[in-house]
Amino acid sequence: MNLLPWCIYLSLAGALLSLAAGRRSPAAARWVALLTAAAAWAVTLLAAVQFVPGSSLQTLVDLAWIPMLGARYHLAVDGISMTLLVLTGLAATAGVLFSWNIATRTGEFFAFYLALIAGVYGVFLSADALLFFVFYEIAIVPKYFLIAIWGSTNREYGAMKLALYSFAGSAIVLAGLLWVYAAGGGQSFAFGELTRAAATLPPHSQIAVFGLVFFGFATLAGIFPLHTWAPTGHVAAPTGASMLLAGVVMKLGAYGCLRVALPLSPLGFAFWQAPIAWLAVIGIVYAGLVALRQEDLKFVIGYSSVSHMGFVLLGIAAANAGAVSGAVLQMFSHGVIAGLLFAVVGRMLYDRTHTRRLSELRTMPIYRLLPFAAAVFVIAAVASMGLPGFSGFPAELTILIGAWNAAHAWAAVAALGIFIAAAFTLRAVQLGFFGGAREPEAEAPPRGQAGTPHYGPISLPEKTGAVLLVAATVLVGVRPDLLLDWINPALQSPLFQAVLKGGAP
Amino acid sequence: MNPTAYAGLFLALLPEASLAAGALLLLGLDLSLFRHRDPALRLRLALWTGAIAVVAAAVAAWLGPRGSVWGASFSLDNLAVATQVGVLALTLFALGAVRGAPTPRQPAEYVAVMLFAATGLVLMAAAQQLLLVFLSLELASLSLYVIAGFEARRPESTEAALKYFLFGGISAAFLLFGFSLIYGVTGSLELPAIAAKLAGGGATPPFLLALAMVLVAFGFKTAAAPFHLWAPDVYQGAPAPSAALISSASKLAGFVLFTRLLWSAAGAAQAPAWFPTVAAISAASLLLGNLAALAQTNLRRLLAYSAIGHSGAMLLGVMAAGRFGPAPLFYYAFTYGLAVVGAFGVIGVVDRAGGCESIADLAGLHKRSPLLAGCLAVFVLSLAGIPPLAGFFGKLSVFSAALRLGGVAGPAGLLSILAIALSAVALYYYLIVLKQALVAGPVPGARPIKVPFATALALLGSAALIVWFGLDPNQLLGVF
Repeated sequence: MNLLPWCIYLSLAGALLSLAAGRRSPAAARWVALLTAAAAWAVTLLAAVQFVPGSSLQTLVDLAWIPMLGARYHLAVDGISMTLLVLTGLAATAGVLFSWNIATRTGEFFAFYLALIAGVYGVFLSADALLFFVFYEIAIVPKYFLIAIWGSTNREYGAMKLALYSFAGSAIVLAGLLWVYAAGGGQSFAFGELTRAAATLPPHSQIAVFGLVFFGFATLAGIFPLHTWAPTGHVAAPTGASMLLAGVVMKLGAYGCLRVALPLSPLGFAFWQAPIAWLAVIGIVYAGLVALRQEDLKFVIGYSSVSHMGFVLLGIAAANAGAVSGAVLQMFSHGVIAGLLFAVVGRMLYDRTHTRRLSELRTMPIYRLLPFAAAVFVIAAVASMGLPGFSGFPAELTILIGAWNAAHAWAAVAALGIFIAAAFTLRAVQLGFFGGAREPEAEAPPRGQAGTPHYGPISLPEKTGAVLLVAATVLVGVRPDLLLDWINPALQSPLFQAVLKGGAP
Repeated sequence: MNPTAYAGLFLALLPEASLAAGALLLLGLDLSLFRHRDPALRLRLALWTGAIAVVAAAVAAWLGPRGSVWGASFSLDNLAVATQVGVLALTLFALGAVRGAPTPRQPAEYVAVMLFAATGLVLMAAAQQLLLVFLSLELASLSLYVIAGFEARRPESTEAALKYFLFGGISAAFLLFGFSLIYGVTGSLELPAIAAKLAGGGATPPFLLALAMVLVAFGFKTAAAPFHLWAPDVYQGAPAPSAALISSASKLAGFVLFTRLLWSAAGAAQAPAWFPTVAAISAASLLLGNLAALAQTNLRRLLAYSAIGHSGAMLLGVMAAGRFGPAPLFYYAFTYGLAVVGAFGVIGVVDRAGGCESIADLAGLHKRSPLLAGCLAVFVLSLAGIPPLAGFFGKLSVFSAALRLGGVAGPAGLLSILAIALSAVALYYYLIVLKQALVAGPVPGARPIKVPFATALALLGSAALIVWFGLDPNQLLGVF
């Protein structure tokens, strides 16, 4: 367990090493990145094996950091953060495997990539609000460069939009946190202390503070109507980065909502609960409907991410133990599934066919040209639709039950979102991978190539990454209790119990 | 005055003495032995002599006596010594930047004037008596006018010096007038004595007038709106190392000096008299600096407007210094200086390699010199306030102190919220700079840039300090 902070340090060291290795050869940088990402993942898995679920944060490191401000270097872990740490390790390792073909400025790519990962690990381990915020911001800047340098469609626009939305969100969070911190006399940034300080504020200030902190974090979780950075950013990003963005970075926002904002002020939450839940429900349905009309396959997945993250926000807003544990499960599930979808479309498909347009893909029998890609996409699509046997099913089901217990209308409209998700996912599968079926032989090969189009075989790193992600979604789909046994005790902590009510865990 | 008092004074002024001695020595050497040697050698000689003098001064300041010296003319408290060492560190980095920038025509004179400016700034940090305050400020200002206009053949440089001089001269007149009024009201020149006299009564009209005069000079010195008009032209026209010194060391010493004037001389009792004015100046600077920076295409003007915005934030630190001590303000001003001295160091090197005016001149810097691009990223991200770099913790400590002054609804609290909101705006223009340096490819025909050793050392040094003070802010915040 005490090794766990090393996932941060290893990733940072890996960032510097791959920068240095990249000056020698791209291959060296790739291997350094893969080894450090895998080593950091191994650290989290090792800690997960030894992890004893409990209701309190288990402290790993606690040092005085900035005595003048009362900030501490306090790293701790509970079942929620353990779940997300394992997800981060998985997504990071798979992301490196799917970035194997990055050929320009390889060392710098993996340096930014691993710096981002280090920030993500740090956020999930922080037990001090200031430290949390520092790691949260460390994760912002690398995203900009990953997209702006190595991205595709409209990358500079997408990168800037994403960076500004993230930073504006975090500035709002900072304003809210400092407000509470100053109200408490500027003594401590510990979560419990901030909650106590917030309780001393007058009610309207509590409502304002909660709104600032929650919506600041929710921006990064893609809450409607602050979600527009997500599709453009995800589409513009290189494959490994979109896997991380959708897979773990959006979870940073949701995790912030859950860990920092939710316990901050029960009074503020009572005011905002219904608006947040409705925004989440609108996000689920609206993003689903937009996904239904997209022409670019990557945009379909980008909007589907917003829709699925709506479930996470709905689970948090429903605020009963069942819904919140479902929300954490959904974070894990969506992290894996979104990674898989972006991997297939961005790397396996686009790097070979050089198109993501459904109107062009429907003329190609991808299922015969790239059978592995098609098979993986179908699995990911089925998991994404929430079919039993895959991780999406237990996650979305627990959220819906919890939401139903909180307010019937939320669950009813959100359930509509599941049908829409099935529709846009099936449309993507049908048009993207099983096109050309009507006149398979007579179809002209794309891009004027002679004879039957032939694409390079799916490489070993791609296969490995896909197998890892598929295994994870199936494992959690079959045994969701593995994660729920970690998550549920964590929700028994006094901070969460003050806001959570009703619903059996 | 007995001999021991003179000995004590000499020890206390050893930093200033070694700077002045260094300046005179390098002028003498340049004039006698190296007069007809080639300029590169003369520059190297001047820089090394200057660097040794600066380091000697810093050591002397660090190890020198503490407490009040020579009556109450100087006060070498923690803030004074920290400021002296900070100013000298920034001067050292600016000297490193001189090596990489286009070589000045009279290198020895240029470096000597930089040292004289540093002498004035070091004196400013400790001055506790109005006449000494004015003298040290004028010594620093006059030297800075000279190095701003040092490239006399470039009209922009001359224009910069003239504008700087005219604005500076008027503000010096205001300051002197204000000082004479203070003397008239209180009958003393030493800050503690003035504070003692003022502590009894409320603010009288002559004193308020004096305060207004001092604030005008303060606004000019720190480039705060609406006294900022000189800054963009000076930053643009002055040679890069001069701009580096003007924007970093001069700003640090200026903020410390005026914080002393407002808190030690005027005293906490008079704070309500100047709080609203400083709050208004801060708000104007924050808005004008950050919004005008969005429209800039010239890199140096962009840094000037960003400096105006940062001044607005530092004024919050001045307001909070009475209750929470000068640590947040000092941390902010010093780490800001490190970032901006580094940024102008990079500009100087790019300038020598073919000009650095518009932001687009940085295009492909990551290919032309990974070292410069990497250092620039650290400096600019620190200016933007991205953790774990020092700029973030400067903002954090200043804003959290300001928020505790009167809660979020107080003027300082509202300004903190405004400043936090504007930092999201600021990220846009900082990322525009980094986009050219790190994302864009080099223009055809752009060649790799060679960074001289001394400049590389200065850039890496300031970048390392920014990272170090960011990872462990207590190293600076804890010294007070």
